[in-house]
Amino acid sequence: MTDGCGAPAGGATSLAGIDIDSQAVVQGQVVRNGSTVSTGYARLLNDNGDFVAEVPLSDAGGFTFFAAPGNWTVRVLAPGGVNVDRPVSAGYGRVAKLDIVI
Amino acid sequence: MSRSDALVDADWVETHRSDPGVVLVEVDEDTSAYDKGHITGAVKIDWKKDLQDPVRRDFVDKTGFEALLSARGISNDDTVVLYGGNNNWFAAYAYWYFKLYGHQSVKLLDGGRKKWELDSRELVEDVPQRSRTSYVARGPDTSIRAFRDEVVAAIGKQNLIDVRSPDEFSGKLLAPAHLPQESAQRPGHIPTAKNVPWAKAANDDGTFKSDDALQALYADGAGVDFGRDTIAYCRIGERSAHTWFVLHELLGQDNVKNYDGSWTEYGSLVGVPIELGEAK
Repeated sequence: MTDGCGAPAGGATSLAGIDIDSQAVVQGQVVRNGSTVSTGYARLLNDNGDFVAEVPLSDAGGFTFFAAPGNWTVRVLAPGGVNVDRPVSAGYGRVAKLDIVI
Repeated sequence: MSRSDALVDADWVETHRSDPGVVLVEVDEDTSAYDKGHITGAVKIDWKKDLQDPVRRDFVDKTGFEALLSARGISNDDTVVLYGGNNNWFAAYAYWYFKLYGHQSVKLLDGGRKKWELDSRELVEDVPQRSRTSYVARGPDTSIRAFRDEVVAAIGKQNLIDVRSPDEFSGKLLAPAHLPQESAQRPGHIPTAKNVPWAKAANDDGTFKSDDALQALYADGAGVDFGRDTIAYCRIGERSAHTWFVLHELLGQDNVKNYDGSWTEYGSLVGVPIELGEAK
C-alpha cells in the first residue's frame, strides 16, 4: 500500500514542495457571516457534474484540489442544509483561487 | 447479508453506542480527524499505521489483525460499528478487512462521519479506555479479495468495475483530485472494465442509495451481469471496498471481490493491456 488516498489533514494542503507547473490547483476558503467555516465539505465536480473528489474543510475553512486543466465546479456542503455550487477554471502552473461565501 | 444486517443509522448509534458488546470504530482517510472529535465511545483505527504491513505492500496478517483488535479492546463476539470520513471510504475498507478475517458482526454507520457532522451531532475528544482482549481471527477469506493475476485473467471474462471518477478512468487524472497527481506509471483503465464511480452509489450526505436505485445503477445502467463473477477496483482499494460493500453486503451478490492492488499496482505493471478514453 502506498500513501494512497490519505487526505491532507482538514482538507488544507500546503503547496510547499509541490511542482505547481505540473499541477492545476484549485484552492479556496469558505466563509459565512464574515467567519471561516470549519465544519463542512468541499466537493469537486467535473463539467458533467460527476463527483471527482471531496475534502473536509480545514480549521480555517480551506480546501485544495489538484485537478486538470478545464472547467470544474466546487460544491460546499455544510450543516444547516447548505449546498452551494461555484464554477472555477483550472490550468497547469497556476493556483485558481475560489473563495466561497455561504 | 442485507441492508438491515450491514447498515445502522445515526439514531441507532445514539441509542446503542453504550450497549455492552457494541464497539464504535472510526477509520478516516484523514487520520487526524478522530483526534479533533469523534462519536462518544469510539476507538480509532489508523488505516495507514494499523492496517498496513510496515514493510511489504500488503495489509497486516492474521497475527497483526489479532494484535490490533486485542489492543483496541474488541472481542470476537462484539458488534463492531465502523464509520469514517469521506463517505465511509476507509470505514468500508476496514469493514472488508473485518469480513476478510472472519468477524461475525460488523456494520457501517450510514453516511459516516460526514452525515454525523452535517446533522450537527455531538463529537467529543475523550478517548475511551477499553480493557485488552484476546482476539482470535480466522484465516483470510480470499473469496472476497482479488489479486493481479486473476484480474488480468478476468479481462473480457468477468465483470470488471472501475469505481474511480470518470476523469481517472479516462486517463485525464492519475489520482483523486484532492491529491497531487502522481502514483501509477500509466493512466487509464483495465480493458473491458465498466466505469461506475463509487459516488453514484451514495447521496450527497454520504448515505447509500436505496437497494432499488443501486440495482438499477449496476444492472440496468451499467449493464453489469450479476450472473458473472465481479471484481471491483479503484486506485488503492478503498473506494472499491465501498462498491464491494454495496454489491456484496447490500445487494447480496456473493461472487464479488475487491482488488486492493487496484490502479497503483495495475497501472505500474509491465506488459499488461491498458485502455485510455471515456467509458464506452
